[in-house]
Formats: sequence, structure tokens, C-alpha cells
Amino acid sequence: MPINYYIFLSVALFCIGVAGVLTRRNAIIIFMCIELMLNAVNLLLIAFSKMHHAAAVLTDPHAGINGQIFVFFIMVVAAAEVSVGLAIIAMMYRNTHSVDINFLNRLKH
Amino acid sequence: MSNYVFLVPLFPLIGFLINGLFRKWIPKPVSAVVGTATILTSFIVSILIFIQVRAEGFQPVTVTLFQFIQAGNLKIPFSLLVDQLSVLFLLIITGVGLIIHFYSTAYMKEEDAPNYAKYFCYLNLFIFFMLLLVLGANFVILFIGWEGVGLCSYLLIGYWFKNLEFGNAAKKAFIMNRIGDLGFLIAIFAMVGQFGSVSFAEVFQQAPSATTGFMTALTLLLFLGATGKSAQIPLYTWLPDAMAGPTPVSALIHAATMVTAGVYMIARSHVLFNLAPVSQSVIAITGLATIILAATIATKQNDIKKVLAYSTVSQLGYMFLGLGVGVYTEAIFHVLTHAFFKALLFLGAGSVIHAMGGEQDIRKMGGLKKSLPITHITFLMGCVTIAGIPPFSGFFSKDEILTAAFASNPVYYIIGLGGSMLTAFYIFRVYAMTFQGKFRGTEDQKHHLHESPPAMTISLVILALMSMFAGVVGLPDVFAKNSNRLANYLAPVFEGSEHSAHINHLSTGTEWILLLVSTFIAVWMVIYALRRFTKKPDLDEPVGLGKWMADKWYVDEIYEAVIIKPLKALADFFNTVIEKRVIDGLVNGTGRLVQYSSRQLRYLQSGQVGAYVLLMVISMVILFAVQLFLRK
Repeated sequence: MPINYYIFLSVALFCIGVAGVLTRRNAIIIFMCIELMLNAVNLLLIAFSKMHHAAAVLTDPHAGINGQIFVFFIMVVAAAEVSVGLAIIAMMYRNTHSVDINFLNRLKH
Repeated sequence: MSNYVFLVPLFPLIGFLINGLFRKWIPKPVSAVVGTATILTSFIVSILIFIQVRAEGFQPVTVTLFQFIQAGNLKIPFSLLVDQLSVLFLLIITGVGLIIHFYSTAYMKEEDAPNYAKYFCYLNLFIFFMLLLVLGANFVILFIGWEGVGLCSYLLIGYWFKNLEFGNAAKKAFIMNRIGDLGFLIAIFAMVGQFGSVSFAEVFQQAPSATTGFMTALTLLLFLGATGKSAQIPLYTWLPDAMAGPTPVSALIHAATMVTAGVYMIARSHVLFNLAPVSQSVIAITGLATIILAATIATKQNDIKKVLAYSTVSQLGYMFLGLGVGVYTEAIFHVLTHAFFKALLFLGAGSVIHAMGGEQDIRKMGGLKKSLPITHITFLMGCVTIAGIPPFSGFFSKDEILTAAFASNPVYYIIGLGGSMLTAFYIFRVYAMTFQGKFRGTEDQKHHLHESPPAMTISLVILALMSMFAGVVGLPDVFAKNSNRLANYLAPVFEGSEHSAHINHLSTGTEWILLLVSTFIAVWMVIYALRRFTKKPDLDEPVGLGKWMADKWYVDEIYEAVIIKPLKALADFFNTVIEKRVIDGLVNGTGRLVQYSSRQLRYLQSGQVGAYVLLMVISMVILFAVQLFLRK
């Protein structure tokens, strides 16, 4: 399958994520959109890694899988981020009974 | 002994430190003793050095204390020069200084203890700097002393600084001197640039290789410095105002020593001046103009100290005339005799003011000879000396300068003779109005009249004897061959600049005629002034030309209109326009711009997370676009 399809899919996912972050006010949905962007990047990394793998191993048997290893890192970090983020959102809801981020402009003052 | 010359300025410095640091705790007699004893010690050391210097075959000694400034090839050592000229000045400064310190112990009696100590502390500091000035072996050390005496002059003129007018007089003296000092300073820089050295020996050695134009500029700059310190046209106006200080200060600083610093400096650098004939003419003409201007003003002043102040300016003019026609020995001789008789006249005036309870106006004096016999006799001696009556010292010193002026240019002689006519006239006007006739003061003052305490009268008597007989050291050659001991003594310093060779061209007969003419004129003016002012004192308001003289030819007013007013207007312009509008506008404008722009930028920080994210995305897109399209 040509690499173009992967790139188009990733870009589409990323743009959906950005648009979601920009337009939605619900903190949980924004969070999900951020995950979407991260995963768009993951997908792209894996696609490129697979594409270059065959050529890379010819010169160096250990090369060519760095992109895939990075994806694991990103997933671990994303998991950690989600746990912290959801905890914040939970605390936010307890205090304000809302998860609307526009409601949270108190930092301004 | 010459190697211990640093002791001479050291003692006054110690006296200054003691009186200055402990002035709040030491009683009056102690500060008087400290102040006077330090000068006495210096005087004794000076005499010991003088004995050595006078001996046959003495070679000038340079004592280097330490390296003062070292920058690349330029080395300026802190060194003192002992030769005939500097030692002669040491004697004048410490000798007259000693007498005036002694006199001051009585004159300043009414001051309270801290101020009394302050007075002696300043006076000792002055002596220290003055000694440094004449001892310096290069122009920089000379300049340090030069500035130091200016500072002390400022401090002592403004000694009674609570009187605003006195404070202003002190400031005037300081500022007028600064103008001259600038010339001196530029001259020193020019020397460094041209000769790479400021020491007398090296500069004088290299001077003949410089162009005449450079030497003329250099000497004129030095002369500008001298006009400031020695109160010559155009910078003389500070000296009459400097009479605001205590009278012994006027005697020491503004008559005997500091104001002759300019004469010393020019005599010291005579090698340079001999190479610049134009400058010499400028000096002679300035001297003559100053003689006449100051003498005419002196004839119409009614403040006893003002008359003496203008007289000092005029006598300094004679010294500069001597320097200008190249007879350095005679100019120094006049410095010597003037130091005695003018100090005597000032101290006599101080004694009169003391007796009159602070009154200085001679219109309110008169007939004081009965109550102040010693002051009267000594003051009369001073008057006779300055008037140029033989055989007193002023006659010889002034006449030698006039004879030299005649040899150089008869016009100089005639103008100088006019000046000595005026001198005899104004000094006997003062004498007659002060001591002769009837007393014109109040009844209170009449009861208060008394002869001054012994410290003052002893000083007066010593100075009177000195001013009468100091002439014997410099008798002209017409009286006896080789009788001019001062000339013989100073010959090693001025050898090679024997412009006095001119005098020898005059026949003995001519010299006798010149002597007789000036004697006749002096005696005639003395008798005329005595007869005119004894019976009918000069009490009326002056009119016509007299008013111009009494108002000092309006020189102060001219300076006010030509220099001070435009300068103030310029300062005002800079204050209101440049400072307030331009500079303040720039500074405040910067502040206002920052405030305005930050007020506008503040709206970006709305607190809406969505807005932040939007901005972030837009900026990222822009960066991406830049990366993609603008970079190659």
C-alpha cells in the first residue's frame, strides 16, 4: 500500500484533533482530541518506520525500528498524561460542578 | 640640607592635620602655637637651605620622593627642585607667612575655638601648597600647588561664609581662577604632546627645537594661567572682591604670596618665554594696562582694603612689565619688596580696622595717628615704600623695572611712570584720610580707639623694617659696581637670558636722570596728596571721570552683560528647551510607549483557553509555512 494513504489518514486524524481542541469546551472531549492527535503522530511514525525498515537493516542490523520504539514511548507518556489529566478534571468537577474550560478563566485575575 | 627640603612643606602639612582633625577639642592657644610653630620650623629649615644654596659653586638639587604618574613613556616623578629661585621664594613664603601667622593669633582672637583652629588649619594648608608650588621640579607638581593655593584662597575668602556676599566673592575668585587654570592645563598637555615630558630641565632643553608658533601658543596659554592667579587683565576682578576674607589672609594670600605665583611661574619658565617675543610683548602690554587701570580705580575707592587690593593688582602689573621686557631678576626683586610692603600695608589696615571695630570706610576715619602711634608710623613707612621714595626698597625695585622698560621701549617707561605717579597719589590719599585731619567716626568708635595688641604691632614693626631696608639686596649698578646682590644670587637661574644686557646700554647719566625723574614725581605726588586730603578729605560723591573710576570703569558690569548674561540665557535655554522638552520628552516618551503598547497587548491574555490554543495553532501554522516556503 502506498505511503500516501497513511499520510492522508494521519493528517486527517490530526486535523480532526486540532479542530476538536479548538471548538469544543468540554474538557474531556478536548482530552480525547489531544489523544487523537498523538495517535495520528504514532500512526505516521509506524508507517515511516515500516517503509524504511527494509532498506535500513541492509547497512545496520540494529537500525530501522527506532520509530516503532518511539511509539511505545509516546503511548506510555500519553497513558501517564491521561491519568494525571483525568485526575485534574475529576478535581475540577468536584470544585465547580462543571468541566467547561471557558468557566475556568480565573487565572486571568 | 638640600636633600631634606621635603621637611619645609611637611611641617605646615602636619600643622594642617593637627588643627584640622582636632579643631573641636584643642583650645585656642594650642592651635595658635601649632599653626605658628610649624611655619617657624619651616622657616628655620629654609634658612639652613638658603645658607647652603648661597655658598659658592652650588649646583641645583632635584629631590625625587616617588614616582607620581607613569603612563607608557611619560614619567612624572614627585620631585622637588632646590635652586636659587625656589629657595628665595621659600624664604619669602615662610618668612612673611610666619609674621602673618603671628599677627593672626591676635587678630582672630574674637573667633570661637573651632573656627580659630579652622582658620589656622586653612592657613597652614595654604603655606603647604604654596611651598609645593615653588618647590615642584616639574609643571605638574607646580600645578598641584597652584590648584591647592586656589582652593585655600577660596576657603579663606569664604571664611565668614554665613555672609552670602562673602561666599559669592569666594566663588568668584575660584571661578575666575579656573579660567586661567584651564589655559595652564592645556599648556601642560601641549608640553606632554610636544616634548613628552613636563620636567623643567627636559622641557627647557628641548624648547629651542620647537617652532616659534608653538612656543608663542604655549607661552600665551601659560600667561593666561598667570593672569588668573596673579590678577591681571582680563581676569583681575576677583582680587578686589577677595577682600571679603580676614585681613591677614588678604596680606598673606592676596598680596604677598599667592598672587605672585604667576610671576614665579613665568620667571621659572623664562627659557620658554625668551623663545616667544610676541608673548613677551603681550605680557608687557597687559602689565602696563593693568598698572594704569588698577591705579586709576584705586584713586577713587573709599574702602581701605579695596584701595590696597587695586594697588596689589597694579603692583603685580609692574612685575609683569618686568617679565615682559625680560628683566626677570628685577621682577623677582619687586615680588620680594612687594611681599614686605604690601603685607605691611594690609596688616596696618587690619590694625586700623581692628581699632575701628570693623569699619573699613576711610571717609569715616581720620586723625588716627594719635590713638594708633605704632600703626601710624609703620603704615607711613609702607606708604613711603610703595610710593617709591628713596632710599626705601620699593623705590629700587620699581625703578629697576622702569629703567629696563625705558631701555626696551620709552613708551613703556612713560606709562609706567604715570602708574607710579598714581601709586604715590592714591596711597597718600588713604594715608591722609586715615591718619591725618579730624576724626569723622561715631562717638562710640572714638572711645573704642586703641592701639592693637603686641602680637600685631611687633609684626608691623618687623615688616616695616624689612620693607624699608630690603632694598639693599638689589641696589642698581649706578650706585656701586656689583652692588646688586640679588642679581648675583639669581644669576645662575637666569643665565643665558640676559636681556638685562639692554640696561647696560644705557649710559650712567641716563640712568641717573631716570632715577631723579621718578623720585621727583613721587615726592611731588606725595606732597600734593597730603596737602589736598589732610585739610579737605575726599568725602563728596565722585562725578564725571571720577565716578567712572569709583565704579571701577564698570568692568564688572561689562563682564556681567557680555559674558554672564548670555551664559545664563544659554543655560536657561538648555534648561527649558533641551532638558525639559527634548531629553525629558525622550525619556517620558519611552515610558509612555511601553505603557501604551502593553495596555494594548493585555487584551490578548483573555483567560480563555480556547483563544490561547487558537493562537498557538495559528502561530504553528505560520511557522510551518515559513519553514516550508521561505527556507531553501
